[in-house]
Amino acid sequence: MNMDALHMLMPIAGIPLYWPGLIILGFGVGIIGGFFGMGGAWMVTPGLNILGFPMAFAIGTDVTHMAGKSLISTMRHAKFGNVDYKLGIIMMFGTVTGFECGAQLVMFLEKVGSINFYVRWAYVVLLTLIAWTVFSDVAKRRKKEREAVAMGKTLDAQATGLEWHKTLHKINIPPMITFKTAGIRCSMWLPVMVSLFTGTLAGFLGIGGGLICMPALIYLIGCPTHVAVGTDLFNVAVSGLYGAATYSYKGRVELLAALVMLVGAAVGAQIGTVATKYVKGYGIRIFFGLAVICCGISVILKLVGASFAQVKALTDTTATVMILSVVSLMSLYILIEFIKGVREERRQSFAKQAKAARA
Amino acid sequence: MSTLRAKLFGLLTVLFLIPSRLLAEGKISNEVLVADTRHLHGLEAWWGNLYNDSRVQFALLTIIVIPTSGVILGLIADQFMKRLGIDLKKRSLSEH
Repeated sequence: MNMDALHMLMPIAGIPLYWPGLIILGFGVGIIGGFFGMGGAWMVTPGLNILGFPMAFAIGTDVTHMAGKSLISTMRHAKFGNVDYKLGIIMMFGTVTGFECGAQLVMFLEKVGSINFYVRWAYVVLLTLIAWTVFSDVAKRRKKEREAVAMGKTLDAQATGLEWHKTLHKINIPPMITFKTAGIRCSMWLPVMVSLFTGTLAGFLGIGGGLICMPALIYLIGCPTHVAVGTDLFNVAVSGLYGAATYSYKGRVELLAALVMLVGAAVGAQIGTVATKYVKGYGIRIFFGLAVICCGISVILKLVGASFAQVKALTDTTATVMILSVVSLMSLYILIEFIKGVREERRQSFAKQAKAARA
Repeated sequence: MSTLRAKLFGLLTVLFLIPSRLLAEGKISNEVLVADTRHLHGLEAWWGNLYNDSRVQFALLTIIVIPTSGVILGLIADQFMKRLGIDLKKRSLSEH
């Protein structure tokens, strides 16, 4: 390291990088990943670009850091009982097959020559649908709450707004499986078909899948929010590890940068995961919906830039600034919730100890 | 026994099925990259040379180092969280 103290020479890419920036980026994405159950590739790539990372290394380094970060979050979620391994493993089969179908579809569209158009618009439609689903679910649950209050009752904590999963659970094609952690019993074919569908979409769009898999686990499978986050992270950790292997074999991983990011992500992932203890499931859903909307707007800005060359620089910069601002604001919100929750938990713990001492 | 079966099932999944998932994620160009190790010293020089000499060893070390570092950093962060007085074993709230 012969740069100034705040820059670190990357041995493979051969460029000096501002290392506090890597730690901050890892910290922010760690918080959001642990909280929402996403890998967060859509947030990391623009961040690495701003730090001056060559594109060839950005994806591989991101996937490698994602494997370590998701493992940390999965370990923590597992201790809270938020990971349904059986469901995760079954869904992995459907997802992988679906990815292959999505990739084949991409290859077909490449031959036709209209791949960019279809992929970008499919992305916009999908993100709009996810955001609509999340917010209509929240609105329906609030309506149920108001109705319960009007009748002088309290709404069951397990109650949900949208109940598509209840209809899907009526499919009783054997074998029927009980997923203890998720607290659901359904046909094995339900998670297989849902993951096949989400995997096809993820393969077609060329994204990690957490953004699609998390809402699918909630709305189609019927997982409680926290279990959906934990189970999704388990999948991201396993696939991220394979990603680290394949990208490093192709020479596109800067391990030093991934490790520096992991230092920030280790703390961030713990904070994000522990914060799920203090935020209600529906709070997580609302913020997930907001993240999806911002992701959608950034894709639309890129679409506009691709269509009108004269505004491309402006729209690309706006998209990057917007994504990084959203990441910063959401990380800040989760951090504040974490601090408030820890304070409250410590206060209760001290009160309990004081009571025991008096007795 | 069922845990063992689940683990074997998971291992088979990782070995045979995950590759296609990641191949679908993005295209990597076939150009060969070489690290410039002339200005590197010590561990960095060794790492750069390993990258140039054997991509298999480079990949193997990467996938060993990342989860190991993840687990170590996770455990350190665990200790820090415990010192803050957070109950890291249970989440009392269980709702959708």
